[in-house]
Amino acid sequence: MLDTALMISLMLIVLAMAMNIYRLAIGPDIPDRLLALDTLYVNSIALIVLLGLWLNTKTYFEAAMLIAMLGFVSTMAICRYLLRGDIIE
Amino acid sequence: MTFFVIAEGVIAFLLVAGGIFAFTGSLGMLQFKDFFMRLHGPTKGTTLGIGCVLIASMLYFTITQREFHVQELLITLFLFISAPVTGHMLAKTGLHMHLRFITGTRGSTPEFRDEDVGQSRVARPAKARHPWKTRRQRKRPVLPR
Repeated sequence: MLDTALMISLMLIVLAMAMNIYRLAIGPDIPDRLLALDTLYVNSIALIVLLGLWLNTKTYFEAAMLIAMLGFVSTMAICRYLLRGDIIE
Repeated sequence: MTFFVIAEGVIAFLLVAGGIFAFTGSLGMLQFKDFFMRLHGPTKGTTLGIGCVLIASMLYFTITQREFHVQELLITLFLFISAPVTGHMLAKTGLHMHLRFITGTRGSTPEFRDEDVGQSRVARPAKARHPWKTRRQRKRPVLPR
């Protein structure tokens, strides 16, 4: 049961990432692409956690934590750059 | 024995629910019509989906390795705190850049001040003055808009 659930979840998240990449490619404006990148890193955290479940190791949680923190910081930096024209004033 | 069967069912349900929520969030981001509607899917659906997946992982490792795991809870908490902040900043960016929107998205005017939308300059706070040593106020030159 767990293997089937894991396969279904992996499939859905890979489909979600494909849709994110499509929006990243066609997004009409810069904030659309930024939103697509933000969702892409969140989905990649889910993918890494599912890989950890699949291989039955806990090696990858530090990687997921790092991706979460750096993704948040980078989204904030690009938002500030678009808002004020500068990151640190 | 029964406990493990029930735990496996709960973990499988959480995994599938997380996948469906993440998929729905991305589908909303792909299908909605303008940026402010697209912002709804990822900030709510995807965050809930990844919370489900991380809690399923936490339950799995807690049950199989017989020790308590909280690292996943840490990631979940961080994402749940940071997702509204990201959504707020992205909405402010969209308002600032005057993106196209369909008619139904537009809120009523008094919700936003002009400087929030980027229509006027950012207000400068009044300077504190000394209580008795009042100096004659110099006229500040009017900057061109």
